[in-house]
Amino acid sequence: MACVKILERLGHKVVFPERQTCCGQPPHNTGYWKEARKSALRALDIFEDAEVIVGPSGSCIAMMKDGYGDLFKGTEHETRAKALAAKTFEFTQFLVNKLGVTDLGAAFPHKVTFHDGCHGLRMLKAKHESRALLAKVKGLELVEMSEAESCCGFGGTFSVKFPKISTAMVEKKVASILETGAEYVTSLDASCLMNIGGYAAREGLPFKTIHIAEILASQEA
Amino acid sequence: MSSPLTRFKAAVADATSNEARRDFIYKALGGYYVSRDKNKNNFRDWQKARECAAQTKYESLNNLAEELEIFSKKIEGRGGHVFFASTPSEAREYILKVARDNGVKKIIKSKCMTSEEIHLNDALEAAGTEVVESDLGEFIQQLRKEPPFHFVFPCMHVKRDEINTLFQENIHSRDTNNPAELTMIAREYLRQKYIDADMGITGANFIVARDGMISVTENEGNSRLSAAMPKIHLVLVGIEKVVPRLEDLALFLPMLATAGAGQPLTGYNTQYAGPRTAENPDGPEQFHVVLLDNNRTQLLADAEHRDALHCMRCGACLNVCPVFKNIGGLSYGTTYQGPIGSLITPHLRGTKNWQHLSYSSSLCGACTQACPVKIDIHDHLLENRRNAATLAPSILWKMIFFGFNFIFAHPKLYALTFKIAKKINPLTKLAGKVPGTLLYGWTGTRKLPEPPKSSFRERFAEHKKQDLSVR
Repeated sequence: MACVKILERLGHKVVFPERQTCCGQPPHNTGYWKEARKSALRALDIFEDAEVIVGPSGSCIAMMKDGYGDLFKGTEHETRAKALAAKTFEFTQFLVNKLGVTDLGAAFPHKVTFHDGCHGLRMLKAKHESRALLAKVKGLELVEMSEAESCCGFGGTFSVKFPKISTAMVEKKVASILETGAEYVTSLDASCLMNIGGYAAREGLPFKTIHIAEILASQEA
Repeated sequence: MSSPLTRFKAAVADATSNEARRDFIYKALGGYYVSRDKNKNNFRDWQKARECAAQTKYESLNNLAEELEIFSKKIEGRGGHVFFASTPSEAREYILKVARDNGVKKIIKSKCMTSEEIHLNDALEAAGTEVVESDLGEFIQQLRKEPPFHFVFPCMHVKRDEINTLFQENIHSRDTNNPAELTMIAREYLRQKYIDADMGITGANFIVARDGMISVTENEGNSRLSAAMPKIHLVLVGIEKVVPRLEDLALFLPMLATAGAGQPLTGYNTQYAGPRTAENPDGPEQFHVVLLDNNRTQLLADAEHRDALHCMRCGACLNVCPVFKNIGGLSYGTTYQGPIGSLITPHLRGTKNWQHLSYSSSLCGACTQACPVKIDIHDHLLENRRNAATLAPSILWKMIFFGFNFIFAHPKLYALTFKIAKKINPLTKLAGKVPGTLLYGWTGTRKLPEPPKSSFRERFAEHKKQDLSVR
């Protein structure tokens, strides 16, 4: 709801088409493109008339902006996929690049470190937006970790197919988070945070995970 | 014999449990990132340089047949020999024949991954020939009886005290942990090997087609000695290593050094063009170039993945890959490790046995970002998955995604699923504790999050209702 609150505070009307479900990334990512096209086609239909599509996930948005291009290349839906991609935005990029807003009047008096999720960082090139937004949050101290741009090891079905590799990766990620002494790790993606948080909870580690939208929606108590 | 996947999983379990070794690899690469980035600044524009390099490789591969023909004519015109080998066995047989015809007993080799690809050393040794690796890292790996860990830094995983013990046991050296002394020990040992060798085998980093040259990049000078001392110089190289013009090296040599080793330029870059002649008394008595296909032309025919042949084996993608850094190069069981290896091995050695490498990646894209010749590595890994799933779909995943699509095509069912999932959460938690299940892959080392009290759609609907009542 944090996203909705922020967008409404900025004067936008937020519509949530109830028919929407999943963008289709899990089958796409696993190589089952025929199955992925089914989900993707639904999204093309559902969001056809939307003015702008905003999502608080680097991963899902990258799928819609980039993955749909792969799925529908050379098909009758190619143009529609391109049109959808053009009006779809990751939440922080929408705020900073499209609306030109960085100061949301948020307050979050904590030490925070930022995990650059792979899709947001490398496919959407989202990096400076999150920093610009967090810089304006009252009381927030951002401590960058040395492995900020390293994958957390989730990778969707990869993490269940190759749990040992995935776990080794999250171990390295978490070690880097701990080095910063941050109370919170934040990110554009709930999926990375679930992976990092799941490991941290299991190991009883002294930091929490929080989505960037929740920080940006936080007000002074 | 066990399948490549079984071996891979066993090797991964072994490698990931070795925390000290993983830390060692992370630490070893720490300095590389700094020097790589520093040296990128020697380029006026690194991104433009990448584009230019990719364009040049694109051009070379588009005219590969013609370029190779020009190359071989030039070499033959200078009295050299060029052999086109379609398969590893053709390449091995040619090399064995050259050795046999010339009574070769001893061979000195410099670093050549193509020779690993065709298991050349085994074949030469089986024929009774002594083969000595002269690159320090390869020499160490040869003594360890282990393939290269990394195709640029073959023994990056080996600690200096291990090298000390290895040298003492194998070449009876004195006890020392000093890197400079260890290097001198290897150098002293290898000097005589160059002198005694009847043939030198090198690889090539580039085939400079229109000038009829091969170019070798190295830091130790061992390749120059391997090429210069013996009477016969034999080059084994993959056909894709072509650049058209000598001036292309002005870009590729510093790029290879920067991306691969974090250097402005490697210590030695040498071009070889043929044997000695009456007019030109330098060079070996015989000069042979073996051009290896080994399914590269099959990859060339794949329009989608042909850019994988742009690769100049700099290793930049390995150095940034979190999978490589945690599982190490030996786990892959391939000649070429890391992201590029995972991409090309299914093409070169068959999707059926090697598709797991395309799946053993989080597709984080660090490789693609690092690749100096702009190979779309992580997207190609995904396309490899698509190819594998199309070729031989897994029934389990088909079922999972059938269920997935069924639920997600019915939003009401989806909303209901959320409610049910919340109710059966204790069951899910229990299921997550059963080893061997798909879910356990994740829950084995991680804790599932508690389900929220209400779903987003419930809260959003509530929010809209309140909104309306306010108005």
